[in-house]
Amino acid sequence: MSTETPRKPRASDYKSDTKPVWCPGCGDFHVLLSLRKAVAQMGLRPEEIAVISGIGCSSRIPAYMNCYGFHGIHGRALPLATGVKVARPDLTVICAGGDGDGFSIGGNHLLHACRRNVDITYVVMDNEVYGMTKGQPSPTTAPDWDSKIAPGGTGISPFYPLVIALASGANFVARAFSGDPKGTAKILVDAITHPGFSFVQILSPCVTFRPDQREWKNQVHPAPVKPTSDASQAARRVMTDDGFNIGVLYKGSREPYQQYVGQENRLDRDIDKEFLL
Amino acid sequence: MSDQVGNRDSISIALIGKGGSGVLTAGEMLLTAAAGIGRYGMMIPVVGPQIRGGESAALLRLGKSPVNCLDDYYDVLLAIDWQHAERFLEDIPLDANSLVVTDPSAGAVPDFIAATGARVHELEMKALAESVTGGRPNMVALGYAAGIAGVPEAALLQATEKKIEGKGRDAVNASNECVRLGYGQAASGAANDAAATDDTSNRRWLLSGNHAAGLGALRGGIRFAAAYPITPATEILEWLAPRLHDAGGTLVQAEDELASINMAIGASYGGIPSLTATSGPGLSLMIEGLGLAVGAEIPVVVINVMRGGPSTGIPTKPEQSDFNAAVYGLHGDAPHIVVAANSVTDSVYTTQWAVHLAEAMQVPVIVLSDQFIGQASAVVDPIPAINFLAKRKLARNAGKNFERYALTADGISPMPLPGTPGCQYTADGLEHSTTANPSGLAKDHVAQLDKRARKIDGFDYGQHWADIEGDGELAVLTWGSTTSTVREAIGRLSVDLATKIKLISLRLLLPAQPQRMADTLRGVERVMVIEQNHSGQLYRFLRAWYDLPADVQTMFRPGPSVFRPAQISDALRNWCQQ
Repeated sequence: MSTETPRKPRASDYKSDTKPVWCPGCGDFHVLLSLRKAVAQMGLRPEEIAVISGIGCSSRIPAYMNCYGFHGIHGRALPLATGVKVARPDLTVICAGGDGDGFSIGGNHLLHACRRNVDITYVVMDNEVYGMTKGQPSPTTAPDWDSKIAPGGTGISPFYPLVIALASGANFVARAFSGDPKGTAKILVDAITHPGFSFVQILSPCVTFRPDQREWKNQVHPAPVKPTSDASQAARRVMTDDGFNIGVLYKGSREPYQQYVGQENRLDRDIDKEFLL
Repeated sequence: MSDQVGNRDSISIALIGKGGSGVLTAGEMLLTAAAGIGRYGMMIPVVGPQIRGGESAALLRLGKSPVNCLDDYYDVLLAIDWQHAERFLEDIPLDANSLVVTDPSAGAVPDFIAATGARVHELEMKALAESVTGGRPNMVALGYAAGIAGVPEAALLQATEKKIEGKGRDAVNASNECVRLGYGQAASGAANDAAATDDTSNRRWLLSGNHAAGLGALRGGIRFAAAYPITPATEILEWLAPRLHDAGGTLVQAEDELASINMAIGASYGGIPSLTATSGPGLSLMIEGLGLAVGAEIPVVVINVMRGGPSTGIPTKPEQSDFNAAVYGLHGDAPHIVVAANSVTDSVYTTQWAVHLAEAMQVPVIVLSDQFIGQASAVVDPIPAINFLAKRKLARNAGKNFERYALTADGISPMPLPGTPGCQYTADGLEHSTTANPSGLAKDHVAQLDKRARKIDGFDYGQHWADIEGDGELAVLTWGSTTSTVREAIGRLSVDLATKIKLISLRLLLPAQPQRMADTLRGVERVMVIEQNHSGQLYRFLRAWYDLPADVQTMFRPGPSVFRPAQISDALRNWCQQ
């Protein structure tokens, strides 16, 4: 994007030259488009955005944005993003990844990122499967889903990421659907704008290993209620809904994390002196 | 009691008692008081895993010249009680010259103490303390110990009052009274020299190795730390937290070490010099993250305060057994830096150097310290500031086709900070091309592997790679906390042994410096390698990387007890006479 141009930014201004590795029809293409749309609508400059991820199909997303990015290691996207934001509060930090990266290997970090409430937006492209390793069940996979590693299904209950996020103190919780880039972009703008830790689960079908998810487009529907600021009410709704309510579900007002780098240096004393006998 | 207590230039005193008995407080006061009259000294706190009611000991050594290691035996063991005393058996060696001070109300002196042949003196610490309203036995013990150590009563009271004044006048009065009672009992035994001969013109510092590492980090420009509490590294974090904050930085307490290292990498990617501190188990958890920092070329410093391993091991005791983990732990070909601090004072210098190296080469640096250095409190000469300042080669306004991982001559590629227009790139743990695009091509892999090795191999580490002292046809090669003990052993031998021994303490463990070592070993015919671990980890590394003389001997054994100077001097004497 030319920095001198006064025109309004377009989604394509945030496109990089790197070609995505995703399968044709992957929901993540639309998430990428939604993200570009969101930051364009917000008028953010590419160099002021950092997109941080771990490992997995969806975690490839930073390289497809013309922003600063970091494609780290499996499960550690949130700590990496936390470090970036705490060190550089001037940046807009978007953390992105999949359900395996975020809920399984990185599950503990999700709890503490929600608690810590650093001002970052966490986008999880949830397709209920490990795609990059070719089709294993993830924490959000239904117990009866058949796979090579778990013939006949895992037999264990799936994970409710939104409830976990609410219980852990996330300040903004939403569910989106990749098939609706316009609606998803709107939710992302809301999430990025909202102070503190914003968690957005995006249902993003894996057409290769979960062809059944092509049906999602017929199952999703706008959440029938407005966002609440009552976390327990939001949690009850999410626990009892059909998993396809789309929209902003919760907006909290918890004080975001404050201990950023870059405060004024108030070190008015000579540190050496404290050791002097 | 008219017998002389204390040998040579120093006196070693152990104060023991059950947890909460105040022996550590008393030990700190004695150290401070001794420093006040110009003595050097160090104190090793020994505690069990139990937070209250377990065992505790303050192991002190006070001297007129700098003290960096423990002595062979304790001149004085002062026991407020004998509860769990058997756990200190290895920490507090006694012999017939030792003096054991016991409270008759605490029961008989345990057999294993009596068996050492040490003289026993009874001191009614509990009864004397009870004679003072609000009095405590540890202060009676302190008074007695100070008397024996030749620390004047006035200097002692100055130190204790300073420490207690916050607790109110009554507490100070009670403390002073107990100190005087104890001191009075020792008066006749204080044949120890007069304080007047000590030099008090130069005000010294009192600090622990962990605080020293924190100071080195701050001086080097660290402004972000993320860490998870772990013994024996936690003091680094607790010291840094408020000071980083005051310096405009911050410390984040992470949920685990996986998070710590990744937060530090993220902050450093953002342009802020970053650090984490841990011990063995935490280092193991950070290894994958360190590989990321190697591949993505992100500067980061990890201070690893070694304890007994493997697994949970012996958390409160030192061992030099994480050498292999630090040097070889990473998967893939992952060039990085490993340095080792060899004393409390050196922790400042080596940590600051580590920050400098990390920033200059965009590489992770592991600083190896250990529980002995980290948790020892030492009275040292003021540690002057040095010129190592974090300096990163930055990219600005690169324009089109920016090459984050450009193949430069020195292997160091200009790194843009987020916010810099035109230099956007995605840092990646995937192998990549010069433009940071993921690549599985052999040409990119080889070019990047070469470049990452080149920047480390070609860097000028100057004279800092090792501390080299003395000359001779024999040389001792060692590292870390063992260095000070070796130095003292060599010093003792020099008095009566014609053979000279050179001391080489490696500060830069990785990358190896074969050429510098060859220069240093010119004229050396025999080498002894000394380290505190079970498998000779440095020795095996030396064998792989260095040309050593044909005659190499080794002396290695694991923790938890540190080497004593006589153990090393005996071994060296035999070696010299071979």
